[in-house]
Amino acid sequence: MISEVALDRLTGMLRAPDLSGTRYEILGELGRGGMGIVYLARDTALEREVALKIVDRGGAGTRSDSPDALAHEARILARLEHPGIVPVHDFGELPDGRIYYAMKRVRGDRLDRWLAAGRDLAERLAVFLRICDAVAFAHAHTVVHRDLKPENVMIGEFGEVLVLDWGIARTQNREPENQNPEPENQNLEPENENPEPRTPNAEPVVGTPEYMSPEQRAGAAVDHRADIYALGVMLQVLGGPAAVAAIAAKARDDDPIRRYQSVQELAADVQRFLSGGAVFARREPLLDRLQRVYRRHRVPILLVLTYLAVRVLLLWLGGI
Amino acid sequence: MNKPLFATLLGGFLGIFDGLTALFTPEVRSQIVGIVIGSTIKGLLAGVIIGLFATKVHSLVAGTIVGLLVGGFFAYLILLMNPGHALNIMLPGCLVGLIVGYAAQTYTVKS
Repeated sequence: MISEVALDRLTGMLRAPDLSGTRYEILGELGRGGMGIVYLARDTALEREVALKIVDRGGAGTRSDSPDALAHEARILARLEHPGIVPVHDFGELPDGRIYYAMKRVRGDRLDRWLAAGRDLAERLAVFLRICDAVAFAHAHTVVHRDLKPENVMIGEFGEVLVLDWGIARTQNREPENQNPEPENQNLEPENENPEPRTPNAEPVVGTPEYMSPEQRAGAAVDHRADIYALGVMLQVLGGPAAVAAIAAKARDDDPIRRYQSVQELAADVQRFLSGGAVFARREPLLDRLQRVYRRHRVPILLVLTYLAVRVLLLWLGGI
Repeated sequence: MNKPLFATLLGGFLGIFDGLTALFTPEVRSQIVGIVIGSTIKGLLAGVIIGLFATKVHSLVAGTIVGLLVGGFFAYLILLMNPGHALNIMLPGCLVGLIVGYAAQTYTVKS
């Protein structure tokens, strides 16, 4: 009988890609996704560690169009040169014909684990704004991520924020639609990171159900506002007071028209909250407004009130 | 708006307001025009000095203290001309200087 550990090791060896002819050596496995496996590898030419994404030969996450999709992902990433998007170093084909690409190895914590360590609101929102920066940059290059969630964001050792897993990102070739996209295949049930059946003229339903906008879940055409929806869900996960909850609610409105129409708009509202201003997403009750203004301008308000109090006191003393 | 301009305008505005409060004191009401003009000039001068200091020194504590001292100094000059109203002149004058000093350090947006 072969033990489970030995069996795992044998399976691993069989599955380990043949990297002969490349400048990489496999050091271990970092994770598996819908399109392939991400290995920790050593770049022997530059003597550094990289993350190597290779189309899986079989088993988990195989997609009929994986090689094309992986190449597509690599090209998208190569196009998006931004500090918040993991950079691609290299792209090629293994001796067995599989496609791979090498990217920066990111050390740090996934956002969901980072949050579990307990962070204050300002810290959480600062990270959220960095995510918005990266996503806005992608949108400016007509790329829609379509699978934004805390598990796809890394917080680096030095506080850098990187948006990962652009595997199901797509290029948005047309102007943002001003109408609510009509669902075309209502009966499709979404499943995370698996290829879904297509109906004519419909999008394949891919992504993570909790973070998917209604139009994405329904398989209708999606634009950048699907990412805004996902960011709204993420903001809700990050938590915060009523104003933040209102921003999250507006971002994840079922109707794309009622959402923020750009990531910049969403980020600006979060920024307004952080700087003590009123947010567009919420009609503030008068008492809340007064409290916010007082919190923001406490010292000058107290100074002016002191001045007025002194003036009244002096008048009163003068009248005695 | 630069710091000296901001502080000057604020000092002038508070000076006008400070002078107008004399309306509530019947014995000086007849001299209100002179009081308002004097108080405004005092506020403007204090504002210029406080604003210039704020451009050189970026410190909330130092700016506020300098505001207090400058406001107090100009109030003292007024007191020398109108002896007998020490509290009525010095206390509001110092407070106006303090407010302008604080505001010049925190609320100015450079153009």
